[in-house]
Amino acid sequence: MKYLSRAAIAALMTSAAIPAAAEECIAPANPGGGWDFTCRQVGRILTELGEVPNMVQVTNLSGAGGGVAYTHVVGDRNDDPEVFVAASSATTTRLAQNAFAGATADQVRWVGSIGGDPGVIVVANDAPYQNLNDLVEAVKADPSKVAFAGGSAVGGFDHLKVLMMLDKAGFTEARQVKYIGLDGGADAITQTVGGFAQAMTGDLSEITGFIRSGDVRPIAVLSEERVAGFDDVPTAKEQGVDIVAMNWRGVYVPKDISDERYNEWVEMLKKVGASEQWQSIMAENGLAPYDIFGAEFETFVADNIAQIQAVSKEIGLLK
Amino acid sequence: MDILANLAMGFEIAASPYTLLLAVIGCFVGTIIGALPGLGPSNGVALLIPISFSMGLDAISALVLLTSVYYGAMYGGRISSILLNIPGDEPAMMTTLDGYPMARQGKAGEALVISGVASFVGAFLATIGLMIFAPYLAQVAFQFGPAEYFALYMLAFCTLGGIGSNNQAKAALAAAIGLAIAMIGMDQTTGMPRFTFGEMHLMDGVDFLVAIVGLFAVAEVFFFIETHGKDSAIGVKLGKILVPWRMLKDTTGAMLRGTGIGFVAGVLPGAGASLGSFLAYMAEKSSARDKSTFGKGNPRGVAAPEAGNNAAAGGALVPMLTLGVPGSGTTAVLLALLLTLNITPGPLLFTERPEVVWSLIAALLIANVVLLLMNVPMVKVFVHILSVPAWILLPGVTMVAFVGIYSLTGSSYDMLMMVGFGALGYIMRKLDIPTVPVILGILLGNAMEDNLRRAMVLSNGDWTFLFSTPIAIGLWIAALAGFLAPIFLRKVLKTPPLPETDPSLNED
Repeated sequence: MKYLSRAAIAALMTSAAIPAAAEECIAPANPGGGWDFTCRQVGRILTELGEVPNMVQVTNLSGAGGGVAYTHVVGDRNDDPEVFVAASSATTTRLAQNAFAGATADQVRWVGSIGGDPGVIVVANDAPYQNLNDLVEAVKADPSKVAFAGGSAVGGFDHLKVLMMLDKAGFTEARQVKYIGLDGGADAITQTVGGFAQAMTGDLSEITGFIRSGDVRPIAVLSEERVAGFDDVPTAKEQGVDIVAMNWRGVYVPKDISDERYNEWVEMLKKVGASEQWQSIMAENGLAPYDIFGAEFETFVADNIAQIQAVSKEIGLLK
Repeated sequence: MDILANLAMGFEIAASPYTLLLAVIGCFVGTIIGALPGLGPSNGVALLIPISFSMGLDAISALVLLTSVYYGAMYGGRISSILLNIPGDEPAMMTTLDGYPMARQGKAGEALVISGVASFVGAFLATIGLMIFAPYLAQVAFQFGPAEYFALYMLAFCTLGGIGSNNQAKAALAAAIGLAIAMIGMDQTTGMPRFTFGEMHLMDGVDFLVAIVGLFAVAEVFFFIETHGKDSAIGVKLGKILVPWRMLKDTTGAMLRGTGIGFVAGVLPGAGASLGSFLAYMAEKSSARDKSTFGKGNPRGVAAPEAGNNAAAGGALVPMLTLGVPGSGTTAVLLALLLTLNITPGPLLFTERPEVVWSLIAALLIANVVLLLMNVPMVKVFVHILSVPAWILLPGVTMVAFVGIYSLTGSSYDMLMMVGFGALGYIMRKLDIPTVPVILGILLGNAMEDNLRRAMVLSNGDWTFLFSTPIAIGLWIAALAGFLAPIFLRKVLKTPPLPETDPSLNED
């Protein structure tokens, strides 16, 4: 028994061991989440395209919503040319709110984004709101009567989507907006269908099943254009509220690698984004195109963080 | 007879020789993962996901392998609970209360057989329940808002009194310690970190596995060193191991009641297997005539929580499959697995991907039968752990505990924290304070607080909102009854009311 159990542990542990001298992708969460997905798919496509000589090693380094991986890269691997890290809106949100123990966004280099999960606002099927403006008017009339449910904690990306949307629509009393944070989009949906919350915000991919089953009715998608497969869902922009909130999927690399190496990463990521494999993965997983690379992406991240900081200050998360 | 036709289809897909082999491997690995302290069903499954990818398994084979590991770990958790007083995973915590005393009396074999059969009964009936009722049960989740969940957690804490100790104040103190520890980390309702002292490892809160391995495994080792193993089950002379038919017959009722309670707890997202086994145990104890023998090696105290936790594991698949809402930590990992296989659980899964659902159900049934066949004969092997000399066994347990905890996040911080919990556990045992309520506080504290505060946000701070629906009121009455009954009615009534959600209590 003891030998068998030791053998089992040895087998399990080898999956976590880190061999040297190969491209490594750090997923700052446990297997199965969005970051892990980014690492595994990008890693696989890089290998299939022949961009890297061997398999990309995926390392799961979870903790503090990506903070453990971030400080690990900044502190210990700052000039490692072989490592890249999966990131998303959650990463910039936390950086903006200073949740990574003082680490800042300029301590790494942002390579690019190759896809995005569009934000969406849904209401229960029997709710009185027919479009985004109905909902906004209801909030303006009495913010205490409209509760939003979302899959992230207060101050997380789902909460910020609501606040930024209402801000653009002309309701600036961010502190009066009622929001309850749940553990993930599906949980937030059940609270909305059950009538406990009046509206729900989340990522489109999380809730496609509920939209198609008719349990909830989407009233706005927060992307530039309508999303393929959901052509009858109008964008917020069409309805006069100028907001785009995409949960982008991208990567960053350490700060002190050479410019040459950084440009190589950008080129490699561009090739992954343009590949057939990635296009079909996006279609299967409800992701929309959202390509930003290199210097442009660094600017995007900086703007994104400034915007989140402004909203966070309004609701008192930042001073 | 749609169900039978569908089930036949499921078996057709899932029952090839190759997948059966995977099921056997998965069950075996799972049992061992479950038995090792620190490695439970959720990190067991999480560790195997990358392996199933690198093996290039197709969706169905991967599902069979990982559900076998999942159920295997649920079965395996009981082994170290009974033999060493160290729960292999968090739902097996309640099994230590009566399982370990049985082992000390030389009845380890009986305890293992009964708990194995109880696991089978719980898991098998829950799988059948999942098959028949899943589409209807999905609606239950819509009835549970923040107020109802808060009342449900209150019910759990109200029935805590007297668990593993005769002093209710000590149980309450332990629960308060657990609740206090649960406050550490990011607060969902304000987005602010609490009690983290700027330490990033505390941002996600204290992992209950760290607490459970520290409070049970490490504390057990400390205690063993002090007493030189006088009170331990290690080295106890074992009787001949026979299938204890009589005991099985006596515990049938406990198994069935445990299954019912566990299944309901599992179906409610957010309650999960630990609450299932806890409520099953407390219900069995409070409805028993021989209450005083609980905690001293009553076989029913082994059967009820084991049936409860395995039934809850099956029940937790209902919200996971029909809503995409994971009912427990492990189903969260299974959900992630389904998503990576491009299967999106949700209201349409049963109609759009019947082959996936029914082959999953077939896989669960196969895994269960394999586990029963594997576990009962293997009891003979398991009990030999007790004949391993303590100077090999305890360092081994300690090592496994450290490795298991390190594998959680790969940080040495968790290991230090585990040793800290070990010291706390040792002190608590010295003072005769039960440790189970601490774990319960850590497990449920966050969810309980979040739901209370969500309720307050929704109602604009109106506390009567907590009593505004029939379900909430029913749960509050049950909680009140569970709290007061042992205090006032002990002498008046022979059988106090069951502390569970009895629909007849909904009269208000």
